Amino acid sequence: MKLSEKIIEGLLWLAATITILVTIGIIWVLLSGSIPFFQKVSIIEFITGTEWTPLFAKKEFGILPLVAGTFLTTAIAIAVALPLGLTIAIYLNEYAPARLKSTIKPVLEVLATIPTVVYGFFALTVVTPFLQGFIPNLAGFNALSAGIVMGIMIIPMISSLSEDAISAVPKSLREAAYGMGSTRLQTAFKVMVPAASSGIIVSVILAISRAVGETMLVAIAAGQQPRFTLNPLVPIETITTYIVQVSLGDVPHGSLEYRTIFAAGLVLFVFTFALNNLSFWIKKKYQEKYD
Amino acid sequence: MSKKQIKLEARDINAYYGDFHALKGINVAMEEKTVTAFIGPSGCGKSTFLRIFNRMNDYIDGFKTEGEILLDGENIYAKNVLVDELRKRVGMVFQKPNPFPKSIYENVVYGLKIQGMSNKAALAEAAEKALHQAALWNEVKDNLNKSALALSGGQQQRLCIARALAISPSVLLMDEPASALDPISTAKIEELIHQLKEQYTIVIVTHNMQQAGRVSDTTAFFYMGELVEHAKTKTIFTNPKDKRTEDYITGRFG
Repeated sequence: MKLSEKIIEGLLWLAATITILVTIGIIWVLLSGSIPFFQKVSIIEFITGTEWTPLFAKKEFGILPLVAGTFLTTAIAIAVALPLGLTIAIYLNEYAPARLKSTIKPVLEVLATIPTVVYGFFALTVVTPFLQGFIPNLAGFNALSAGIVMGIMIIPMISSLSEDAISAVPKSLREAAYGMGSTRLQTAFKVMVPAASSGIIVSVILAISRAVGETMLVAIAAGQQPRFTLNPLVPIETITTYIVQVSLGDVPHGSLEYRTIFAAGLVLFVFTFALNNLSFWIKKKYQEKYD
Repeated sequence: MSKKQIKLEARDINAYYGDFHALKGINVAMEEKTVTAFIGPSGCGKSTFLRIFNRMNDYIDGFKTEGEILLDGENIYAKNVLVDELRKRVGMVFQKPNPFPKSIYENVVYGLKIQGMSNKAALAEAAEKALHQAALWNEVKDNLNKSALALSGGQQQRLCIARALAISPSVLLMDEPASALDPISTAKIEELIHQLKEQYTIVIVTHNMQQAGRVSDTTAFFYMGELVEHAKTKTIFTNPKDKRTEDYITGRFG
């Protein structure tokens, strides 16, 4: 009895430790790959340069075009997902009858289970041709349709987490709002959403983090042309897409070109790490304490 | 007392939670500017009945009401009644203080703001008046921008009363407003009720019979979804007609 408990305890400890070790390992790989890169290329040039052409004859190592591409697709995605996701969350919470709510929520979550490669093809073969009907100069690969479809993809993240946050607001506050003669809309926007704001912000940050790290969708639909632009109509390249391009290409291992993906990966890691920590901090600091 | 107008009247109220018959054929009339206490053991329907008067039960799944509630002679369950308009006339204070997670000031002016009032001076004046009425002004006047959640329980409850008063309702429903408070805060709330009845018609649900005796003009005793007896508070406590009322107020059950 005693021995078996010790074994179980040991296994649990091992599981936890492996997770931590893997994380440390990833950071170590990123750093050890980027350090030789930064011995050749100055960090200043890397973070301020506006040309990214490591695979061309004339090599430039400015990460800004990739950052701009990532920012652009992410911003479009959030612009789509935030209003829709929040509207859905409020609808489910304040208006939808219980039975409808229990149907809609799982259906929405199906959106999150669709493989991202499917979303990529959807953007490339459906959304882009559709948009070209309105925007004739829209390129075949572009940030706009990739961003819109990515927005659809992360709606469930925002709607689901925001809905949880609004549900967690004590019922007594809703009663107080109704008791003051608030309409449902006023109850939702003046009381429930502000009271749930920390949870809603956290849901948005996690969605941003997801969008920043999204790879397959943008690799398929947004193009592979690093461009320092905020024009959503032309092909761009995100950090993630570049990493895929190099990993799958015929760049020799150990070369400077190859090492760029570690540097790019490090940038990506810093972004998502910062976002996740920010959400953790907001959750801790601003969560209203109800007894 | 007879010269006063009837403010609120319930006619043949039956209410159901699904199949459960929660209120059984209740008829009662309350005069304006009086305090009526609803007493009775837990589960007797007194809180459910209180919430009938501002239609707070409307959102409960499976809840059904039959009968009429007349407010100034008009049925609040009539088809053309707007519930949010009704609730501006019938304010409510809940069992547990439930201020919004906003500043003290924002709590008090909430009701006025949602009605579209935006004049800063008028809002500030209304806030001060409501806080005076709720006997909270002197304690919070220097901290109006402080979070309402930082107040003590008793202060929060008086803030909720101020919030309700700010939109000038004519009826105030109070659902065990002092049950979560310490004796000093309770005494303050009771004193407040005494002052408020000069302007408002107050209905208070309470578990505390001494409290009913101290604050109310008339008392209604509920038992198992029925209104057993409604009379002047003094009569209920000294000379109840029904055996069940007598048993309850003498502490034989409940």
